[in-house]
Amino acid sequence: MNWNHPHTLARRERTATVIIIGVFVFLAGAFFRLQVLGSDRYAVQSRQNRLRPVVLPAPRGLIVDRNGIVIAENVPSYTISILAPDPKAFRSTLDSMATWANLEPAQLIDIVQRYERSPDNPVMVMRDAPFEVVAALEERRPSLKGMIMQTEPKRHYPYGELVSHLLGYVGEISEEEMESGGIVGARLGALVGRGGLEAEYDERLRGFDGTRFVVVDALGRRIGGGGALEARQGDTLHTALDIELQKYVADQFPADRRGAVVAMDPRTGEILAMYSAPSFDPNAFIGGIDEDLWDEWLSSEDTPLLNRAIQGIYPPASPWKLVVALMALERGVVELDTKMPVQCTGGYQYFSRYFRCWRASGHGHLTLAEAIEHSCDVYFYQLGLKLGLDSTLLQGAEWGLREKTGVDLPGEVSPAFPASTAYFDELYGPRGWTNAVTLNLAIGQGENSQTLISMVRFYALFARGDGGVPVPRLVADTDVPRPVAILASAENVLALRDVLEMVVQSGTAVRSRVANLRIAGKTGTAQNSHGPNHGWFLGFAPVDDPQIVVGAIVEFGEHGSAVAPFVNRIIARHLLGPDFQSDRSIRWVLPADSAPQSVPIGSDSSFVGNVDNAADRTR
Amino acid sequence: MRRTGLDKPLLLAVLALVVPGLATLYSAGQTDFPTMAANIWQRQLIWLAMGTVGAVLIFRTIPRVLEWFTPVLYFGALALLVLTLLFGTGAGTAAGSQSWIAIGGVRLGQPTEFAKLATILMLARQLAGRREPPATLVALIPSAAIAAAPFVLTLLQPDLGSALVFPGIMFAMLFWVGVKPSLLFFVASPVISLAFAASTGLWGAWIVVLTLLLIWRRLYVVEGLVLWGANVFMGVVAVRLWTVLAPYQRNRILSFLNPEMDPRATGWNIIQSKVAIGSGGWFGKGFTEGTQKRLAFLPAQHTDFIFPVAAEEFGFRGVIIALSLFAFFFLVLIRIARQAVDSFSCVMVAGVAGMLFTHVVENIGMTVGVLPVTGIPLPFYSYGGSFMLVCLISIGLTLRVAWESRFGGYLQE
Repeated sequence: MNWNHPHTLARRERTATVIIIGVFVFLAGAFFRLQVLGSDRYAVQSRQNRLRPVVLPAPRGLIVDRNGIVIAENVPSYTISILAPDPKAFRSTLDSMATWANLEPAQLIDIVQRYERSPDNPVMVMRDAPFEVVAALEERRPSLKGMIMQTEPKRHYPYGELVSHLLGYVGEISEEEMESGGIVGARLGALVGRGGLEAEYDERLRGFDGTRFVVVDALGRRIGGGGALEARQGDTLHTALDIELQKYVADQFPADRRGAVVAMDPRTGEILAMYSAPSFDPNAFIGGIDEDLWDEWLSSEDTPLLNRAIQGIYPPASPWKLVVALMALERGVVELDTKMPVQCTGGYQYFSRYFRCWRASGHGHLTLAEAIEHSCDVYFYQLGLKLGLDSTLLQGAEWGLREKTGVDLPGEVSPAFPASTAYFDELYGPRGWTNAVTLNLAIGQGENSQTLISMVRFYALFARGDGGVPVPRLVADTDVPRPVAILASAENVLALRDVLEMVVQSGTAVRSRVANLRIAGKTGTAQNSHGPNHGWFLGFAPVDDPQIVVGAIVEFGEHGSAVAPFVNRIIARHLLGPDFQSDRSIRWVLPADSAPQSVPIGSDSSFVGNVDNAADRTR
Repeated sequence: MRRTGLDKPLLLAVLALVVPGLATLYSAGQTDFPTMAANIWQRQLIWLAMGTVGAVLIFRTIPRVLEWFTPVLYFGALALLVLTLLFGTGAGTAAGSQSWIAIGGVRLGQPTEFAKLATILMLARQLAGRREPPATLVALIPSAAIAAAPFVLTLLQPDLGSALVFPGIMFAMLFWVGVKPSLLFFVASPVISLAFAASTGLWGAWIVVLTLLLIWRRLYVVEGLVLWGANVFMGVVAVRLWTVLAPYQRNRILSFLNPEMDPRATGWNIIQSKVAIGSGGWFGKGFTEGTQKRLAFLPAQHTDFIFPVAAEEFGFRGVIIALSLFAFFFLVLIRIARQAVDSFSCVMVAGVAGMLFTHVVENIGMTVGVLPVTGIPLPFYSYGGSFMLVCLISIGLTLRVAWESRFGGYLQE
């Protein structure tokens, strides 16, 4: 008989019916056992034995410097909360607590609102309670029904202002962040990194929250403690920072000046120190920042929250001449010994405009090497014209001078450097500008503003001497690839490094040479339409095998030469160790500097941007 | 009244399952502390609409065309499963396994769900062509291979719950084409041996019983020896296999055996589920009023553990109604299977019934604590787009088969 004969199928249907009904009767029996026979037991269990999870916040991972010194740690703090069965009980506990904890009416309103939002969960009354309050409340625990006292890890930055821009700080998660779902393990009251490494590596630092189960009855009254899942601390973050060097940088930075310093190992891109002045105390943010202080920081002309090393943009001034020189060498426009047609007599006539050299008496007829040595503006005006505007812009873009360096810190600002001549059309109108903009660009003025980190990255090119630049990095994970972008030929880079070295030995830099410490570098003085000029210095050492490249910008520093000495001390401190004692043993060698006026091209003064514009981007 | 030829009992049964299912899903989102499931019933509504469109489209498809197209669907589904293994992502309550396929971060669906349908079609095609049911183990090999491929691929995700649906489908369909129950029992015997391996005494008794059965049923000598060997192998290997299992899988099996053992790990699910069900009592706590649910004690209460929500809020009375509806639904399915005009449709509907039956029994059995916890959705109740689509498409298929038998001349009314 076929399997699909109606009789066979009918028989099979009967078997299937029996199976189906049998299975469902069995399931119904299981439900009967639970819901009817076990009803009382489970109803009691439902009413009495409810585990309420109380979050045990995970301690954030430590942040340590390159020598393992802790620069961000956790200290215990007390959090006081109430888990109350009903509004009346909550209110009575809160009222008796208020006297001992000195709670203000406004705080009380907040607490009651939190209670109303989730009455079944512990309501936080006070975070980071002072010891006196903890002691006072602990004494009166019997009368404070439903009080939960919990130790919670609190973030602490032992070096405070020294590293605030690097580390950032932590703050409570916002509602938008909760809803966006971008943060794994987000919960109300969770702490997340804000700014700096705390934000950049938040996921690694955060760890995993634990849970303690508080057994409560159906009315929410706490009837005992349950088990706990331990919290797991976040990973320790190993940074490349040298906190002793950072301390030295902060000490040496001219008092009451604004500006920034970056020290980097050119071989790896590891950032050894990064300091921005003025600074702020990140510990002020822990447990919620005081409104007045926050307003003060935001409105202050000093913009302390701004990390000037990666967020301030300044005209690059004379240090830029090395960029132009390398462009010209790379494109075969000149050789090191090429002279320009017009000799320097203190200025250069370009059609109707007269472009001055910083040295009014003139430099005479110079080669490229000599022009770098003496920072002759007239030479570079002509070099810029020879190179051409298009080539300058194209090469600048190719070398990443209009992009972020990719340093592992949030909020880095891109340098302002025109992508093409269309930029000038837009700024001045299609016929509103002439080739004269090229002259300004050639000496690091005009429509060009760089971040300090961008210039330091570029000077690493000369320090390395292989034609490559590393990506600046604060966290020195060994397993992260360190990409090196090859920008130029080693031959040309080394040639320019030789020139810089020559500058140290014979040029205007003579004053700072030491036998075992030869520092090469370039000072600069950036025009500032808002006040005194900004001072630049970019240097590296030792010249023959550079291990450190340091850049500094001092706002209103008047002149690069004022910046150079302390940068040189930083380099010496790094290379010679903490025993080095400054001025007597080391004489600084400084190349000449220039501070010519950039010639206005359009009707407006031609500043694309400087730190005053960037200040808006702090928060 | 116009005669549409739609099978009214089936339509009514589906409707009577979908509506309370959606209501329960809505209730599952009503918690004291809002969760992401708060408004998920609205999205389920969209899936319902899409599924209905799918069902209508499949209803308009001639089963012969489907049968002709089956190999493409089946091997396509296998290919998708392989892709999922290579590029899959986890999500939602299935975050621990790679069961989703996504393009550019947009999750497109869970290929396993569609593989279930494809497997049903492929088995139907293979079995319907035979006059006589397979009578020996060797004759069962092609069917077993068809079900084993998606089973293994799903198991690797790893998704034990969904993987078990494939054997469920296979056994139902083999039974329906008349394979002797004793033969099916022998096929399943190595698994039973594995289950008994925990206790040496039990396992010894099992091997004796099996040996006697093999002699009594007079299998071919070679087949009997292979079966006996397989049972011994599973029994001995079980201990070693245990060490290979992932810790969560071990925990699940252990906590099934003894839920009180670790109240905060997997046993937590079963205890909370039982407390929710048990505290529902005869009449329940009222719609949206379940306290266990409101305090979010129930894990995955919008997907795998949705039935306890209904049980807590509607009580034993509601559970009996829901179970009766499910039972009625399956009886209608096998009635339609019996009345089908062609053998392909006949076996196919049996497969659909087998698939949904496995889902229902595995899911409800798990929530009430008679089966281990495996992540598997409850048809028409659990939130889940791909599975809802598959369920409704299966209903579309079945409605078509019923329509054919009514207008195809076989059953004139």
